[in-house]
Amino acid sequence: MLKVANIEKSYRKGGLFSKEKQKILNNITFECYNGECLGIIGESGSGKSTIGRLIAGIEKPDRGTILFEGNNVQDRTVRFGNISAVFQDYTSSINPFFTVEEAIVEPLKARKKDQKETRSRIDRLLYQVGLNPSYRKKHPHELSGGEVQRVCIARALSTEPKCILFDEAISSLDVSVQTQILDLLKELKKKHKMSYVFITHDIQAAAYICDRVIIFRNGEIEETVHLENLKDVQSEYAKKLLKFLITF
Amino acid sequence: MRTLKNLSRDRLAIASLIVIAITIVAGVFAPLFAPHDPAEVNMKLRYASSSWEYALGNDHLGRCILSRIIYGIRPSVLWVLVALILSVFIGAVIGFISGYFRGKTDAFLMRICDIMLSFPGYVMTLAVVGILGAGLENILIAFVVMKWAWFARVIRTSVMQYAEMNYVKFAKASGIGHWRIMVKHIIPVTFADIAVISSGSICSMILQISGLSFLGLGIQAPNAEWGMMLNEAREVMFSRPELMLAPGLAIILIVSAFNFVSDALQVALDPKLTTSNASLQEEEGKQPVYEYIRS
Repeated sequence: MLKVANIEKSYRKGGLFSKEKQKILNNITFECYNGECLGIIGESGSGKSTIGRLIAGIEKPDRGTILFEGNNVQDRTVRFGNISAVFQDYTSSINPFFTVEEAIVEPLKARKKDQKETRSRIDRLLYQVGLNPSYRKKHPHELSGGEVQRVCIARALSTEPKCILFDEAISSLDVSVQTQILDLLKELKKKHKMSYVFITHDIQAAAYICDRVIIFRNGEIEETVHLENLKDVQSEYAKKLLKFLITF
Repeated sequence: MRTLKNLSRDRLAIASLIVIAITIVAGVFAPLFAPHDPAEVNMKLRYASSSWEYALGNDHLGRCILSRIIYGIRPSVLWVLVALILSVFIGAVIGFISGYFRGKTDAFLMRICDIMLSFPGYVMTLAVVGILGAGLENILIAFVVMKWAWFARVIRTSVMQYAEMNYVKFAKASGIGHWRIMVKHIIPVTFADIAVISSGSICSMILQISGLSFLGLGIQAPNAEWGMMLNEAREVMFSRPELMLAPGLAIILIVSAFNFVSDALQVALDPKLTTSNASLQEEEGKQPVYEYIRS
C-alpha cells in the first residue's frame, strides 16, 4: 500500500554556499502492507525520523519515490484523509489557541461535513481514545502529556486514514501511559483495519505492537525481520542492539 | 472576543485604549474639536497663559496651543500609524513567505533585507527626502522603505520558530494547504510578537517624525506638529518652560498608551490565561466519571 522506493536524502552541511552534504538516507526501499504495523527502529541520527517526514510529505526526497496506493505522497490531495501522523513532542502538537474540539475537527473541516455529524463524531473519537467528551472545550495546556497524546491520536483518527505515522509518539510518555496508549493503538488498529508506520528507538515498544520491524543504521536498512523471528536476527548490528536490550 | 474579555480586566490597558481612541477621533475630526484655527496669529496674545478661551494658552505667535495640539494629531499620530501599518504589512508578507517556505526564497528575500538594513536609517530617510523633496508624505514613504526590512526580519524569526511546531507538521502531513496553515496556525501565534514590535516602533516613529520636522524636512512651518511645537518652545525654554509642557506631555501620553496596550495585548493574547475562565465554566457541567478504555 505504502511503497517507499530508492529514497535518498541529504542535508547541506554548513552555510548557504557550502557544497558539502551529509547523506541521511541512502537507497531506502520498503513497503508497508495493508493492515500491517511496520516498526522502524534505530539509534538517534540513523535517519528514521527523516523517513517519517518524507512519508508525511513534509519534505521532499532528493531521489526516489514514495507511493501511496500508486500515487506520489508529495501531492497533498493524495495524503488528504489517507495519511495522518502523530509526533513525539506533545507540548507542541496542538495549537495552543485551539480547543480539543477545534484540533480534532481541523483535518475534517476542509471536507465540509455537516455540523451535527461532526459533533457526534468528536464525542465518539474522544470516547475511543478514552477521554471524556467534556474535554472538548479544553485547551491543550490544561491537559496532561498522556491526554494530549490521546487527543493527537483522536485527531489522527478523525479522517479515518488508511495509514498513520507515529514518530516517537510514545517515547516522551512515562511507562504506564505508554502501555495504555499501545494497547489503545492495537485495539484501534483491529477495529479500523489501518496500517501503522511506527518509528521508535524503543525496541520493547516496537516488539509489543509491530508485525514487522526494520532496523535502521546510518541511513540504510540493516535488516527487516518479522516479529516472531526477532530473536534470530542475522546482522551483527541487530544482534548487538537486541543484546543491549536484554542486559537491561 | 476572548482577547477583549482578558483585556478588559486590565485597567491600565483600558485607560490606554481610551486615550488612543480619543486621540484618533480628535485627530480625524480635528476641525470639530479644535476651538480655534491652529494657524491664526494673534500677536496681542503672545505667550498668554491659559484662559477660558484658550485652554492651554498661546504660543510665541499667539496661536491657540490646544487647537495646534489637536491638529497635530494628524501628522504625529494618524499618518505615523498609516506608515506603520503599511510597513508592518509589507514586512509581514515577506517575513511569512521566507520564514514559512525557507530555502532559496528565504535566502533571496533575506539578502534584500540585508541590503536595506545596511543603510543607516536616518541617512536614508534624509536621502529619500532629498530626492523627493521635503514634506510629510515623503518622510512617510521614506519610513516605509526603511522599516519594512526590519519588520520582515523580526517577523521571519518568529514565523520560523512556530513553523517548526508539531501542529504545523501535522497539518502539513494531513494535506492541509499552505495558505490555510498560515491563517489558522501561524498568524494567531505570531500576532502577539507583531503587536509588540509594532507598538514599540510606533513610539520611535513619532519621535523621528518630530526630529525630522525639527530639521525642517517634515511638516512645513504654519502647520501644527507636536515635534515642531516642541522645537518652537525650545527657543524660550528658560523664560517660558510651560510651553514645552503641552506637546511634550502629549507625546509622552500617546507613546506610553501604545506601550501599555501592547504589553496588555501580549498578555491577553496568551491562551494559557483563558484557563481559569474556561475551567470555571467547565466546573458546572463536569461529570465526575472519567471513562477510559483501559485504566
